[in-house]
Amino acid sequence: MLTSRGAPDSAVEQELATPMRSTDRARRALPRSATGTLVRVIQLGPVLVLAALWILTSLLSPYFFTTLNISNLLLASVIVAVLAIGQLLVMLTGAIDLSAGAVVVLTGIVGAQFAHRVTDDGVLVIACMLGAGGFAGLVNGLLIEKARLASSFIVTLGTLSVAQGIGFVISDGQTATGFPELIRDVGGGYVGRIPIAALVVLGVAVLAYLMTSRMRWGRWIYAVGGNREAATRAGIPVEAVSISVFVLSGVAAGVAGVFSVGLTDSAPPGGSFNSLLDAVSAVVIGGAALTGGRGTVWGTMVGALILGTVHNALNLLNVKANWEPIVLGVVLLIAVGMDLARGRLEARLRLAAARQGDL
Amino acid sequence: MSAGPVLEVRDATKRFGAVVALDRVSLTLQKGEVLALLGDNGAGKSTLIKCISGAQSLDEGDILLNGASASVRSTVVARGHGIETVYQDLALFDNLSVVANFFAGRELGAPTRPRGLSWLRNQRMAAIAAETLGRLEVNIPDPRIPVALLSGGQRQAIAVARAVHFASQIVILDEPTAALGVRETRNVQRLIARLPDQGISVLLISHNLEQVMAVADRAIVLRRGRKIGEAPPDAKHHDRIVGMIVGAQAIA
Repeated sequence: MLTSRGAPDSAVEQELATPMRSTDRARRALPRSATGTLVRVIQLGPVLVLAALWILTSLLSPYFFTTLNISNLLLASVIVAVLAIGQLLVMLTGAIDLSAGAVVVLTGIVGAQFAHRVTDDGVLVIACMLGAGGFAGLVNGLLIEKARLASSFIVTLGTLSVAQGIGFVISDGQTATGFPELIRDVGGGYVGRIPIAALVVLGVAVLAYLMTSRMRWGRWIYAVGGNREAATRAGIPVEAVSISVFVLSGVAAGVAGVFSVGLTDSAPPGGSFNSLLDAVSAVVIGGAALTGGRGTVWGTMVGALILGTVHNALNLLNVKANWEPIVLGVVLLIAVGMDLARGRLEARLRLAAARQGDL
Repeated sequence: MSAGPVLEVRDATKRFGAVVALDRVSLTLQKGEVLALLGDNGAGKSTLIKCISGAQSLDEGDILLNGASASVRSTVVARGHGIETVYQDLALFDNLSVVANFFAGRELGAPTRPRGLSWLRNQRMAAIAAETLGRLEVNIPDPRIPVALLSGGQRQAIAVARAVHFASQIVILDEPTAALGVRETRNVQRLIARLPDQGISVLLISHNLEQVMAVADRAIVLRRGRKIGEAPPDAKHHDRIVGMIVGAQAIA
């Protein structure tokens, strides 16, 4: 019978207990979920690339699979990895946060000022840095959603410049050092051979995975990226979701800031923003769509590891540093090409489904 | 509850710039009634139902639900009143699974505050969606794959099933079978015909006069934003309805 809004639970339980007719019918209509299997293979693409890279590099260099090198690889990937998680959330909604790299630098400077002027309690300094990052993200989110200034691309391009400028102003152009021990440990310390920062990233990734895959809020992020208009009609708080991902991207930049200043014990106002480009690349290489709505936390982590491995391999193989940006650019272009191929394959699968669906 | 109409529209008027999309259109919808809205392209059918479902707002006129004046400011408000709408564009999320589409915006979970911070009850949602789709005999290869990979008919069927499942008062259908195959069309029609037994009223937009005659109790014809007339959708009135749709009745 028809279940309406207040359907009694018994109807559901009954349905759970009995096999579903529709599913049986579906199995006969299409070869047992061939489409689903193909989709899953496509999703595995980045993992296959990472595995191939590891095999190739270990064949070329005997040092690759040493604990010391793996440890180095992880430590060299943490900043990009945590930034990429924040960027993934933003990109899932169909936006982009170009200011993240500048916010990394800014949070380092803010943390240094806070440590020198207010307290050098490590926990409080870290909280201040994450808060500063979150605030920057909030400004981004409000400018895009409430002030409706322009697309996220333009707005965050503007706030990138503003964040960089603020960094120079409050640091007076000086590179600060002398961060609390806790921050230096988080950025450069180890548990056994494992970098503490890598464990932090793992924790952040698990948290992000749970939020995006198991919670309503995560489902809404995908919905906003998939069809913003329909999301509004469906009663999803589109603006709040959109602002929240920018805040979290800012907080992620704050974490990256902690890693960055902790590793070098310095907060240079002219710090490089390259981490942003790598983070965006990691998200795309990890299988996320540039148009929003598709991508996963674990795919992004694989993307970050692919980039880290490429960096690492080029070092191990003594490739001149000048070649590095070229190789990374090519890797990104290949990833974008894969994204395109994925889209075309999906379209073909859909056609096949259409042929078999309307019997 | 009152014995009056579930929905009453009084003198609905909507303008887009100089274009009058709706010109003092009035209608009533009784409990358990299937009312068809007929008319050529640009007649104002879609605009009218968008105003009832909260996607747009009227410039003038009133919408009464169960006799009480209702301000249907948004689709969320309309849904709160038990009104579900299947739009022509279906409002599906291509990137989400069938189940996720089914429950978009009202995912099952604990009543947390804020709402977003609740764990999803995925298994339960999957069971309910599968049950509803099974009843509709919708052919879905795998409810976990994204809707983007499904055929037009399957997509449309999902949107209809979603509306039917959540509606408690009125289901509004804008060309619900336009992209459906023969069997799926028959299933949707059968489903529409069964809704009145649940006390649910249906507002149906369709180009398909055969379909309207099969399921509707009454038919209203709009032309250029005006209500031209009303007729029982049966074989006897077939030619008259066609005449009203194309405007021949003015000449005759």
